[in-house]
Amino acid sequence: MAQIFAYIAHKDGVADDTALELVTAAKAIDAGADVTAIVVGSGVDAVCDAVAASYKNVWKIDKADVAYPNAEIIRAMLVKILPGDAILLMAHDTFGMDLGPGLSIKMDAPFAPDVVGIDGVDGSTLKMVRQEFGGQVSTHVACDIVSGAVITIRPGAFAADESKNAGGAVMDKTADAGDVTAKRKFLEVVEAEAGDVDITKSEVLVSVGRGIEEEENIEIARELAEAMGADLSCSRPIVDAKWLEKSRQVGTSGQTVKPKVYMAMGISGSFQHLGGIKGNPFIVAVNKNPKAPIFQVADIGIVADILEFMPELTEKVKSA
Amino acid sequence: MEILVCVKRVPDTEENEITISSAGNDIERDDLVYSVNEWDNYAVEEAIQIVDKVGGSVTVVTVGDDESEEVLRREMAMGAEKGILVSDDAFKGADGKGIATALKGVVEKEKYDLILTGAQADDGAGQVGGMLAAMLDLPYASLVNKIEVLDGKLKVGREIEGGNQEMNEIEMPCVLSIQTGINEPRYVGIRGIRKVASVEIPTFSASDLGVSATEPALKKVDYFVPEMGEGAEMLEGSVEEMAEKLVELLKAKGGLK
Repeated sequence: MAQIFAYIAHKDGVADDTALELVTAAKAIDAGADVTAIVVGSGVDAVCDAVAASYKNVWKIDKADVAYPNAEIIRAMLVKILPGDAILLMAHDTFGMDLGPGLSIKMDAPFAPDVVGIDGVDGSTLKMVRQEFGGQVSTHVACDIVSGAVITIRPGAFAADESKNAGGAVMDKTADAGDVTAKRKFLEVVEAEAGDVDITKSEVLVSVGRGIEEEENIEIARELAEAMGADLSCSRPIVDAKWLEKSRQVGTSGQTVKPKVYMAMGISGSFQHLGGIKGNPFIVAVNKNPKAPIFQVADIGIVADILEFMPELTEKVKSA
Repeated sequence: MEILVCVKRVPDTEENEITISSAGNDIERDDLVYSVNEWDNYAVEEAIQIVDKVGGSVTVVTVGDDESEEVLRREMAMGAEKGILVSDDAFKGADGKGIATALKGVVEKEKYDLILTGAQADDGAGQVGGMLAAMLDLPYASLVNKIEVLDGKLKVGREIEGGNQEMNEIEMPCVLSIQTGINEPRYVGIRGIRKVASVEIPTFSASDLGVSATEPALKKVDYFVPEMGEGAEMLEGSVEEMAEKLVELLKAKGGLK
């Protein structure tokens, strides 16, 4: 069995939650594998020491050029240091999406994106689970890993491995990674603008998605939110259409919220949206499509047109 | 600036309930409503806006069958000048690498300064742009939500976690995958599509492009409906009855103030 590697995302000297999820994913491929973590950045000793508890080997690339993770530079470094048949796991986050596809070409290895489950290896065939059509259907996929693989793992799909008994050793691979120049240069991170409401602090959210259909219908949701004493939030398409401000967007590319009650109104429930809901709230989903993925994670489901249902609910709340 | 935008015809998940075929090896494709992949509309709009500012032309390309021509015409009605259809049985069932291989052949036939794709499509893989860039040895940036044209370079914003934006400078030619929300794609009416109905769209086969398809890296064994949790307790009855029940539940859960 080829060697398994895990690319560790980290920020401000702390490994991302996905670092421990990749341990679980690696063990699902090969329960007895000595997995190697790869930590790239500038001044990353603390991250390396932390992940050494969970990974038998930790490869460190510590260089000013990669103080910010520029996928174009890191791709070339990984091609230099990884064995030809490496199985490389990384999070399916905005960095993994930037790095993974091109790296698979340069490594001449199959690419398995956004994997949500791993069923194990049969001979040289790795069996995994993916989703298609916004999570409406899943598919079992089989991948020949003789020449390695690049696999991005959906954040949150695997439980974190908290055993932390690997007692790993850190190896400095900076010299092997060499000097790399890239035609893409990182400039800066522009922080999101704060809005008039901080939905990360809201206890009750009325959240609207595509089911709202028209901009003027936002008012119907606003009336419900007011009647309930809730704040108004939304899913990505509503912000894309500029019907509500970005600061009200729930999801991995928006805000992470932790309310007590979450009202998903006309929201299908993509994993990016669900990734922004933490703290196990009581979720009420109203959607026209009985197959909407949101019904699988909601506590209460109602198959209805939100444009009919919300005004009715507003009346009932007012008279309650 | 010469811009190539890669687009895809996909089942419209807003218009369709996706169900699994009785054999379990595909989704039920009869009666599906197809449209242009949502992300691709943003990519085409962005290309048109760049050309409006700095000059040049926009070409749209798709890899598919004859029916895919309709999505090319739709994007041409938006303002893309030329369309290219890559159609070959060799690309039937192709994965991202197969599609990227076909597109590489298209790119190498002409000179493009900028190549755009949607950030992802119906399979949620988001792989074609990054693979194409790597095959062509061009710089790449994914999830782009802002483009500013500089001299021989672009300043691009990438959408990253938490609603933040990562700014980069990237040399041209380059490949970018475009995220939704970067612009507001223009509306295309029937009249607009009629106007481009007779524009000739060249069709290329794999051999025309000098490329051959590769076996898909991931073989789909079967399709099934995912079970992510225990599933919701579904309320039944009229809208009024359901709203009444829900108010009681919300009261109990602290959802009403």
